[in-house]
Amino acid sequence: MDFELSEEQRLLKESVDGLLANTYDFEQRKRYIKENGGWSKLIWQKLAGQGLLGVPFAESDGGFGAGAVETMIIMEAIGRALVLEPYLPTVVICGGFLRHGGSVAQKVAHLPSIIDGSRTLAFAQLEKSSRYDLYDITTSAKKRGKGWVIDGEKLVVINGQSAETLVVTARSRGAQRDKGGIGVFLVPADAKGLTKKIYATQDGLHAADVTFTSVEVGAEAVVGDPENALSLIERVVDEARAALCAEAVGAMDESLKITVEYLKTRKQFGVLIGSFQSLRHRAADMFVALEQARSMSMLATMATNCDDAADRLQLVAAAKVQIARSGKLIGEEAIQLHGGIGMTMDARIGHYFKRLTMVERAFGDPGYHLRRVSESGPLV
Amino acid sequence: MDLAFTKEERTFREEVRQFLRETVPGEMRRKLVEGTQLSKDEMVAWWRILNKKGWCVNQWPKEYGGTGWTSVQQYIFKEELQMYPAPVPLAFGVAMVGPVIYTFGNEAQRKHYLPRIANMDDWWCQGFSEPEAGSDLASLKTKAERKGDKYVINGQKTWTTLAQYADMIFCLCRTDPAAKKQSGISFILVDMKSKGITVRPIQTIDGGYEINEVFFDEVEVPVQNLVGEENNGWHYAKFLLGQERTGIARVGVSKERIRRIKEVGSKFESSGRPIIEDPVFREKLTSCEIELKALELTQLRVIADENKHSSGMPNPASSVLKIKGSEIQQTTTELLLQVIGPLAAAYGGNIDSSNEAMNWIAQIAPSYFNNRKVSIYGGSNEIQRNIISKAVLGL
Repeated sequence: MDFELSEEQRLLKESVDGLLANTYDFEQRKRYIKENGGWSKLIWQKLAGQGLLGVPFAESDGGFGAGAVETMIIMEAIGRALVLEPYLPTVVICGGFLRHGGSVAQKVAHLPSIIDGSRTLAFAQLEKSSRYDLYDITTSAKKRGKGWVIDGEKLVVINGQSAETLVVTARSRGAQRDKGGIGVFLVPADAKGLTKKIYATQDGLHAADVTFTSVEVGAEAVVGDPENALSLIERVVDEARAALCAEAVGAMDESLKITVEYLKTRKQFGVLIGSFQSLRHRAADMFVALEQARSMSMLATMATNCDDAADRLQLVAAAKVQIARSGKLIGEEAIQLHGGIGMTMDARIGHYFKRLTMVERAFGDPGYHLRRVSESGPLV
Repeated sequence: MDLAFTKEERTFREEVRQFLRETVPGEMRRKLVEGTQLSKDEMVAWWRILNKKGWCVNQWPKEYGGTGWTSVQQYIFKEELQMYPAPVPLAFGVAMVGPVIYTFGNEAQRKHYLPRIANMDDWWCQGFSEPEAGSDLASLKTKAERKGDKYVINGQKTWTTLAQYADMIFCLCRTDPAAKKQSGISFILVDMKSKGITVRPIQTIDGGYEINEVFFDEVEVPVQNLVGEENNGWHYAKFLLGQERTGIARVGVSKERIRRIKEVGSKFESSGRPIIEDPVFREKLTSCEIELKALELTQLRVIADENKHSSGMPNPASSVLKIKGSEIQQTTTELLLQVIGPLAAAYGGNIDSSNEAMNWIAQIAPSYFNNRKVSIYGGSNEIQRNIISKAVLGL
């Protein structure tokens, strides 16, 4: 049992925290949102420059060969600064598909440009009726010659507005909710027949609804088994969930800091409002929720290394429930303790609350994950 | 970072489990599972078995009988006892007064008391709270006046757990009435058989008798029974409260109760199916399991952190353990109550104790009532929130 970071991990943490401390205050973030695509190319280049975009990839692929803990460290920092740049979709998710399912040729084709920051990716998975079931897919991939033809519509594709390549889940055979017959395809964003409706998300990121109309891709577009990719998708999405848990812990940690700072400066009735016991106790409950979330974020991180997929699924699901509940409590209480100022767009705190609200339902809300935990045998 | 127990730790856990299987009397285990109170003799006999094995005071320094286990091993040991279940060593002696004596006591006190604590020759109880000094402990009034080679104690302690069994009580007494609140308090060891001590039982809402009032009327105590320096007792009391940190969350107790909920929940039906399959019930139970899993890790994080920066004083993060641990214990007793449904009201008075089915049902509501205490004792959860807001958040 060891909760410590290694020396190298501590250095990584210093490096990413340091970079964001200098480049990512609230005013700077406002400027990045206004850039084309809703995030900063310059920051992305800085992340690449410090090697952060290559962290999880094997050294033989040009990466650093680091593991889940390193991703946790980076995601926590991303959460703390409310980073807009597409680290999760590009490096964690699409990078994850290439790491776990990609052929040598696919790695050679995609990883160098991910690692050097020249191209970003997006994960096109969600559909109108799929909700949280990763196998609920109507988008079809039909074999034509050696290649495939993709038809369908994907919603809220985060970074869909900017990505050069989309990783698309599509059905190669079977009915909408069959667990077999699912494939994963690499589709260039400028492919013929692909159209996008671009918008800002409620929490300040950008996304696209993407329509595929007879989009043709070659055999080299298939990641893994085109008829049996669900276990690959589950694995990568569990890694994404663990990363989201870490991001949320960073956002919760910062939310509590900001709130405590406010309680120490705001005066009413001639005294600091932090002297009121009713407010102090609510802040203490936020701390309790944060520590419980931190423990489960660590658990989710370690669980992504589980050999057994059922164990991994249960532990990540449990973590996702805890993070969602802690995030909701901390987010809502942070607004309440700020009073009216917490309701304003000009105050930082509301933006954390909005991000936490969306993380709560990304890749499964508490109800969905509770069911999964309860169906998988004893947790304690 | 590695959240798995090491191979050595897993082997150790198996060794503890094996020992419990071989030595815990079946009758005692059954009573604990059902929530029936154990007799003094049953508990003492069991703790002597533990002591013979050398495990009773495992967390003490080796020179006083400790095992030299790591804090993770100590945690595993306690968790295994709670899960089996078997009584954990009496905290008042082993986890509270023992460490105070070997840290601040003199050589004569160490020689005399420590082996007696380990072997349960003395049953200890705690004389801290008073009618007017609950959460505000430092306002205690019980007086100890120095007269020659004796202290004369007058006053009253309350909430004294299992004082009816006790041979000794460790007391906080005011020795300097002129001093400020926290100063002027001394830590004194008192023989419960002393003339002038009266123990009056207090019945709790579950119907049981765990706690007592203890009255001191001109009780004479030799000055050798003072621990450390006169008027420095508050410091020792704070140290004492910082000792019981590996078990405060009582993770093992909640784990065993969740196992029990699943066992009986699969036998009791609700609308034609076992209540364990009821989605609403299931959601509550699973939520509780998740909180418990998180708490277990938080507990282990606090232990790891204390190993690194051990001050011997309470770690404010352990207030998280107290708050969450007590909430989870209360939720699990409530879930058990929910399992038996309307039968919860039955068997409140005298019951046929040979009827096992009646016996355990009769304990469910009392256990729920009794567990309301866990968010009150050991520093109420509101006091824990004060500690967090002040010591952690700097408010």
